[in-house]
Amino acid sequence: MSILIDESTRVMVQGLGRDGSFHAEQMKEYGTNIVAGVHPGKGGSSIHGFPVFNTAEEAARETGAECTVIFVPAPFAADAILAGANAGAGLVVAVTEGIPVLDMAKIVIELKELGTCLAGPNCPGLISPEKSKVGIMPGGIFRRGPVGVISRSGTLTYEVVNQLSLAGYGQSTAIGMGGDPVVGMKYNDYLELFEEDRETELVVIVGEIGGTDEQDAATFVKDRISKPVVGYVVGRSAPPGKRMGHAGAIISGADSTVEAKVAFLREKGIPVADTVEQIVNLVGDGLGGRN
Amino acid sequence: MKLEEFQAKKLFREYGIPVPDGLMATTAEEARSAAEQIECPVVVKAQVQAGGRGKAGGVKLARTPAETYKAAESILGMDIKGFRVERLLVDPAVSIAGEYYVGITIDRRKKLPVMMASASGGVDIEKVAAETPEKIFFQEINPERGLRSFEAKQLAFQLFADKKKALAAVSIMMRLWDCFHGVDASLVEINPLAELEDGSIIALDAKIVLDENAMFRHPVMEEMRLPTRAEKKELDAKSHGLSYVQLEGDIGCMVNGAGLALATMDLIKHLGGAPANFLDIGGSSSPGKVIHAMELLVSDSKVKAVFINVFGGITRCDDVASGLVAALQEIRTDIPLVIRLAGTNEEEGIRILSDFGITALKDMTEGAREAIRLAEEGGRG
Repeated sequence: MSILIDESTRVMVQGLGRDGSFHAEQMKEYGTNIVAGVHPGKGGSSIHGFPVFNTAEEAARETGAECTVIFVPAPFAADAILAGANAGAGLVVAVTEGIPVLDMAKIVIELKELGTCLAGPNCPGLISPEKSKVGIMPGGIFRRGPVGVISRSGTLTYEVVNQLSLAGYGQSTAIGMGGDPVVGMKYNDYLELFEEDRETELVVIVGEIGGTDEQDAATFVKDRISKPVVGYVVGRSAPPGKRMGHAGAIISGADSTVEAKVAFLREKGIPVADTVEQIVNLVGDGLGGRN
Repeated sequence: MKLEEFQAKKLFREYGIPVPDGLMATTAEEARSAAEQIECPVVVKAQVQAGGRGKAGGVKLARTPAETYKAAESILGMDIKGFRVERLLVDPAVSIAGEYYVGITIDRRKKLPVMMASASGGVDIEKVAAETPEKIFFQEINPERGLRSFEAKQLAFQLFADKKKALAAVSIMMRLWDCFHGVDASLVEINPLAELEDGSIIALDAKIVLDENAMFRHPVMEEMRLPTRAEKKELDAKSHGLSYVQLEGDIGCMVNGAGLALATMDLIKHLGGAPANFLDIGGSSSPGKVIHAMELLVSDSKVKAVFINVFGGITRCDDVASGLVAALQEIRTDIPLVIRLAGTNEEEGIRILSDFGITALKDMTEGAREAIRLAEEGGRG
């Protein structure tokens, strides 16, 4: 088991420019079941052994793709996400960076109506080790195992996963949920899935300064999650005064500093690591010393 | 991208939001002539991208053009929260009967724009939010439909009992949404939204933050960018694909990825050191990028040691190491350097660097410790 994706998940790739094409090949090499590519004007051709279509609708209809990964450039990415969702993809993974926040605020309403799960945007994607990878993560550092990982960042996720793998703690599914102000699924959505997943025994949440997602997750864990959770939040030494105006502070309604987040997580009974090394120790404690 | 008040007021004017007919000035002489055109009394306001200008002495009332000259002279060049005042706005002074607050931003949790309004406007809206949150009213906005008139009325009548004033506020709120949506802002704010003694409602201050991700839709707005000295360095870095923010410490950091960069800085602090900067070199570690990044670090005279922390993912560590070697051959510096390389093909990467005579480690904590030790030893001679 794992969450959202496994070896059977039929994946299409939207946007086969330099990055999309490169990562499509990487995903296929990893073992992801890539069934189609989408690129306007390249319909009828094939790349890395899978067929390419002009539209997401045609690709999904012809191949039964149920998941799509978006590499389409930012100005057109919100529309591409909607195209994938309307074509029937139940899971959309948006890797694209730099999508205007209002574009995202507009489309999340429709995605909710369609019942589509969105990971990202501006995210490295997700991976169920040794089964499937949908995104740009370096597959080699992941190992299959009992730890779920949810993170707001990219390379920091790799760092955490690498140290977990080296210590013998494999992962059920690892997710980079994206760092933009408006993202699809958040900690709570993934935590709910990990709670139901039989392979997952413990979840690591990697947070950052800003917003209050970590606090929301802590409350959710206390109320709804029976599995052990380990926290880690970075940005103690983040540049001061980079905050936006008054409205941001009013809307967050709480302190979004690392110190406030860590205190809140601990208050809700979640052990928090100060360094990546400590995460490994806390995961070991949470799993009862097994690996 | 934060706009200054005079720029935000110009946009407000374009969207039909009433603002005082003020003039921008960059010298005391220009301020005097602005006062002559506007008719005194006037308010002379420092144009900086920071709040709390009034408290810092950056806003002054002047009754004559001569007083305006004096006020301008004292405010220009002033330092407000690290920003040097280079521009002034000279606004006609008005008689205020009441101060209110209206703003729009994105609610990350609801994933929607939200309009906020309060009858407790004025300087410290954050304090109102923290101490008496019931005094702030919220209205979610469906961005496809926009703010509807009835939604604005629900807010406006919380602020004004008088129908005429409430409807004037409704008109401003509707236009404020049009502005937020039209310019692709991430924040618009009127504080205070003032009721004048003649009963009219007007935006006395204006704040707009534009969404950097949407600038491609508004190329003309790029001309409104007025970077401060520190930001010029950041913008120059950005043009080379680097994300850089200068800090106060003595250990220069170069890291791939923002999250890992924050974690690296935290680790240095955790171990008793002080990071000199945030520097994210992004996904690829091409020699050109590394050269520019090193130049940035070396240009900071406080830097006594440099810690390069790279996690090789899709880009393999041996490729990263070759890139670093190529870059380091280009740069002449006596600042001690510690490189930490982990991820795909890390052993090979570390070997390449060691052959070149560079301390290369695969453990992040060990690397940070070594950088702190070298900085303490005094770093460059």
